Amino acid sequence: MSKRIDVKDLNVYYGNFRAVEGVNINIAARSVTAFIGPSGCGKSTFLRTLNRMHEVLPGARVEGQVLLDGDDLYGPGVDPVAVRSHVGMVFQRPNPFPTMSIRDNVLAGVKLNGKKLSKADSEALVESSLLGANLWNEVKDRLDKPGSGLSGGQQQRLCIARAIAVKPDVILMDEPCSALDPISTLAVEDLINELKEKYTVVIVTHNMQQAARVSDKTAFFNIAGTGKPGKLIEYADTTAIFNNPKEKATEDYVSGRFG
Amino acid sequence: MTTLTARSPRRSALTRNRLPRFAPWASLAVALIVGAALSTIVGFNAFGWGIFSALAFTFVFVAWSAAVEGSRKAKDKLATCLVVGAFLIALLPLVSVIWTVLVEGTKGLATPGFLGTSMNGVSGIQDNESATAGTRVLGGIYHSLMGTLLITLWATLISVPIGLLTAVYLVEYGNDGRISRAITFFVDVMTGIPSIVAGLFAAAFFATLFGPGTKTGFVAAVALSVLMIPVVVRSSEEMLKIVPNELREASYALGVRKWRTILKIVIPTAISGIASGVTLAIARVIGETAPILVTAGFATKINMNVFADWMSSLPTFIYTQILNPTSPSNPGPSLQRAWGAALVLIICVMILNLIARLVAKFFAPKTGR
Repeated sequence: MSKRIDVKDLNVYYGNFRAVEGVNINIAARSVTAFIGPSGCGKSTFLRTLNRMHEVLPGARVEGQVLLDGDDLYGPGVDPVAVRSHVGMVFQRPNPFPTMSIRDNVLAGVKLNGKKLSKADSEALVESSLLGANLWNEVKDRLDKPGSGLSGGQQQRLCIARAIAVKPDVILMDEPCSALDPISTLAVEDLINELKEKYTVVIVTHNMQQAARVSDKTAFFNIAGTGKPGKLIEYADTTAIFNNPKEKATEDYVSGRFG
Repeated sequence: MTTLTARSPRRSALTRNRLPRFAPWASLAVALIVGAALSTIVGFNAFGWGIFSALAFTFVFVAWSAAVEGSRKAKDKLATCLVVGAFLIALLPLVSVIWTVLVEGTKGLATPGFLGTSMNGVSGIQDNESATAGTRVLGGIYHSLMGTLLITLWATLISVPIGLLTAVYLVEYGNDGRISRAITFFVDVMTGIPSIVAGLFAAAFFATLFGPGTKTGFVAAVALSVLMIPVVVRSSEEMLKIVPNELREASYALGVRKWRTILKIVIPTAISGIASGVTLAIARVIGETAPILVTAGFATKINMNVFADWMSSLPTFIYTQILNPTSPSNPGPSLQRAWGAALVLIICVMILNLIARLVAKFFAPKTGR
């Protein structure tokens, strides 16, 4: 199920603007990796290149390789849609489909792709996905109610359930807790800890305590200035990044001297 | 000092003099009397009385307020009077039209057989008879009502797929490129096309294809769809645009293809707005007269086939009944039928507007716990 990611010399462009430059990173399977860095340093952009979601924006392209267990995501003949069914994503703002019930939201990835499921199979998938997202006990009696009626934290966990229902190898999370209150954040962080037993999790966060709490390894991104490309400054075990970073910029950032 | 406050409750330093609660009504009473007096000078009628009373009310009320409450409150009251006055003026023609059509039209509508018979075989002889001998007015609007419904149905069947697909192209695939800007420009131009030009276009188009004088309900439907497509494109485009991009991204991130995302996520999210936009577009073209005159002619008998022969519709029925009464010497019965048809047309539009609201409510994304 879980796969490793190896990125080699990746440059990301928006039109002629180089947003991210020369990233090399190896992310182990069954681990949680956090991306930290100041706003606009390209960490979200880089995260999106890991499932080709950046291509949704016109003019975005990459150079370099992203290998998912050795298979290049950007190789010739690779279908971006197929990539996204292997690498799922959870967004900053909870975005359950407003026209669908909680059950249909969980089944969305399967049903929208036109796969037919028997009633028993779909019930089992709904239950396992919601259990996997720690949401089952809260919603099991109202699966037919609209997903937009849940609280923000529940909606975000519903989105995670929706993402794991398509059985991905990797789950990307783009600031998944920045729109949530502390209690909901705690619930999602607990969930991330459980998810890493089955999936490779990559999380972008602005919250350094959160990175320290949930991640095994941490990558620090930075930009030299406005209009310059973002770069990967340091990538190491989370304890190393926060306790004895090698780079001066990392130390300044994690100790709160800038950013 | 203490004895004074004990006797009368202490006045807050923050309040000022205010007009008593009955002030608007007292001003109104004064204004009505003054208005009546002023209007008798120029010759009394209800309309003049209303105008003079409104002016007098504004003057009395604002002056009173200025004297008691000060200039700021007086300005506020003046602005209120102006806003309410503008609202009443805007409402006046609307209410007047509905009232006139109701008064004139109910007699026609209440005539037995008005909705169920056509004008086939009704001639000046019957109309003269009913005008002189007082027998009931024969003939009805069944053929026109069916014509209107069929022509509008076909126009909708043509416009909605074209309009909706154009909107989907503009929002989802156009990327604001050269083609999409050209389409937007021409759609805007089409919105402004006079309806008679749309009718002439359809008439000329079918005359080239099937020979001159091709007049059928379908030609009229094509003419109406020329008018309807830009409205459908515009309203659907706006509705598709307000679907949050996050929903599209969420769908893509689940490995769903773009066309399935549009079909299953974007359009269902926007469907309530699209449906009510379509219904309003129908309401917009259902009353068109000119394009139907030049494309479908005027029939007096029932024709349910849009692909053959002339067809009548409610607007053209009203037009011909008023302009060429069935009995030129006694236009009364024709007039009665025309008003009845106008009332039915207004009811149709009203029902369509109600449907638009219901549709918007019914399809709206569900909320609640």
